[in-house]
Amino acid sequence: MDNFLEARHIVKRFAKHTALNDVSVEVPRGQIFGLLGPNGAGKTTLIRILNRITAPDQGEVFFDGRLQEPTDVQRIGYLPEERGLYKKMKVGEQAIYLAQLKGLSRSEAEMRLRNWFEKFDIMPWWNKKLEELSKGMAQKVQFIITVLHEPDLLIFDEPFSGFDPVNAEQLKQEILELKEKGHTIIFSTHNMSSVEEICDTIALINHSQVVLKGNMQEVKSQFRTGLYDLVTTSASLQPLDGVFSIIGNRSISGVHRYSLRKAETVDNNQLVETLARQVEIRSFAEQMPTMNDVFLNVVGQDATWADQQIENK
Amino acid sequence: MNKILIIIQREFLKRVKKKSFIVLTILMPFILAALVMVPLWLSTIENDEQSNIAVVDNTGHYFPVLKDTQTFHFVLMPKVLPDMKSDSSSFEAVVNITADLSKNPNAITIFSRKEVSGGLLSYVESQINEQVRKDKLAASGVPELDKIIDDIDRDISISTVKWDKEGQATSSNTEIAIGAGFIFTFLIYMFVMAYGGMVMQSVIEEKTNRIVELMVSSVKPFQLMMGKIIGIALVGFVQLIIWGILFTIILTVATAIFGPEVTQSAAATQPMMGAASQMPMSEVSGDTVEILSALKNLPYLELMLMFVLYFIGGYLLYASFFAAVGASVNEQEDSSQFVLPVTLIMVFGLYAAMYSVNNTDGPLAFWASIFPLTSPIVMMVRIPFGVPLWQEALSIVLLYASAIGMVWVGAKIYRVGILMYGKKPSLKEMIKWLRYK
Repeated sequence: MDNFLEARHIVKRFAKHTALNDVSVEVPRGQIFGLLGPNGAGKTTLIRILNRITAPDQGEVFFDGRLQEPTDVQRIGYLPEERGLYKKMKVGEQAIYLAQLKGLSRSEAEMRLRNWFEKFDIMPWWNKKLEELSKGMAQKVQFIITVLHEPDLLIFDEPFSGFDPVNAEQLKQEILELKEKGHTIIFSTHNMSSVEEICDTIALINHSQVVLKGNMQEVKSQFRTGLYDLVTTSASLQPLDGVFSIIGNRSISGVHRYSLRKAETVDNNQLVETLARQVEIRSFAEQMPTMNDVFLNVVGQDATWADQQIENK
Repeated sequence: MNKILIIIQREFLKRVKKKSFIVLTILMPFILAALVMVPLWLSTIENDEQSNIAVVDNTGHYFPVLKDTQTFHFVLMPKVLPDMKSDSSSFEAVVNITADLSKNPNAITIFSRKEVSGGLLSYVESQINEQVRKDKLAASGVPELDKIIDDIDRDISISTVKWDKEGQATSSNTEIAIGAGFIFTFLIYMFVMAYGGMVMQSVIEEKTNRIVELMVSSVKPFQLMMGKIIGIALVGFVQLIIWGILFTIILTVATAIFGPEVTQSAAATQPMMGAASQMPMSEVSGDTVEILSALKNLPYLELMLMFVLYFIGGYLLYASFFAAVGASVNEQEDSSQFVLPVTLIMVFGLYAAMYSVNNTDGPLAFWASIFPLTSPIVMMVRIPFGVPLWQEALSIVLLYASAIGMVWVGAKIYRVGILMYGKKPSLKEMIKWLRYK
């Protein structure tokens, strides 16, 4: 697959701990890549390296098929987790200034900014100072600033934090729209439900290392539980050794819901055939793990470690 | 456009557009001028109302020496009357002389319903003293003793002359040289402090605003730091130029209105305000022509060139230090532990400059004008007196070497510091940051 960005064997050490230990991730072109991990796992450090804010001790970053160069930062849009803008500066002027630093000309920046402000219907904010805006309004401005120079690569660090559900939904649509337009997006978060909704590929960082990565569906299938939900009108289902066992059974007004555990030696089709011989199937579904399950499964084993890291920090 | 230029532009425009900057820049010369000129002007206005002073002179010997002045009118009275004590009395005060003062120096008293005015006291004292002195000299029996004494008392007057390179005598004036040196010294001290502090303020603001992470994803931290330092320096230059122009205009106008005497002494005292009051006005207000010729003979080109060099070097050295401190701390309050020692060094420099004036080639003046942390302040007072070229060169080279070194160290600390939150920085920590990649 064509990778827009690759980090190869990145190592970053600080005085007291190693933030990244031989981390390699591949971000496919035109996809949304979820960078997951608990607090203190090293996500922000990796993002800073991709942004060339800090340099790795070892390893290298490949950008658009070649070694990353200093000027590549103009092709990156970065929304940091710690949001912040100049409080005393007027919104419009500020956005143009920051866009100029990303390589846009003044007139080009102004034109694009007008389009965005019209799109979000926030034209009256143009001459307001940032400190006059509410937190949510400032977040919107910051999002516009991130995407204004239409970078090939967008990096969003916890983009939904601080947004109310309505604005979060609007932001999600914008992100999906950006993907449609061909932008590659890195999306860092520990909010797993949003990952589920928008990510194509993920990498999970824990203990300063990548512990899991790949296509999200493939990752999920690695964590198949072998549990199934069956809905039927008959109460006569009997477990069959070597095929399945019944681990739960609830009946509500003549409808029976079974939780089944499948034996590892049979596949789904064989299971359905076996079940169909016994009862009439109203619905049948495999219990797919959510990303939250995957996350907890991988990280939860040593959640205390993350806490210690935070204390050490 | 180059990114560093964009940053310089913003840092510069943001500050010069501020109302407080515009007001301060335009009003300051007028306020300073007013502070000096108004009292001077007021003191030249004479009180046209004479107050009556009663003199009760039992000896009859002293009244004639108390001649009327513009403010006091002396009236001989036979004795102290009771109604002199009442408020309706036409006499401001009563001078009561009861006996021969050359025999009994305490036999004179001034009575008044209010506090006796200093002017009256000193006038009466000096006049009577003079008379008593004459009386005593006459009593000694030596003929023309008073003339001999006067001759002994005459002050000598030294005129200072500096030889130029061809050995020609040029007029020089030590006070003018001191004044010129102090103007520049004080300007450098003030601007480095104020504008260096502004750099720190601005860095802290960016860090606490959390905008800095966004900034360094677009520009290198070094560009951000240097853009800020240069932008703020330009603000300082603009302020300096405007002040220079305004002062020139004010002096020209004031000279036209008040005449050269007042303006000359005012101009000479202006730089001393707050810096030092070692130069009493009277010393300067000598012969106007002589002062003017001394002013002409100051090494202007050298002064200006060195001022600009020391200004830039000193500012760069301190501003990059302040930037590093600003980047390391989490809030303004934490900065004092780093800023205080440096401020003390600068204050030391200022005092060293003041004391160097008495001995511009002494060891204090020499070492303090070579040591880079104090040289921008101290060297400027020495230059009007003439400094060997090798000393100037050594001092400048050392200053710029350490300024560049400080910029390098500052940039390294800045780069790491701006992204460190929540930890109180220590010097040890900051040294560790130097090694980060």
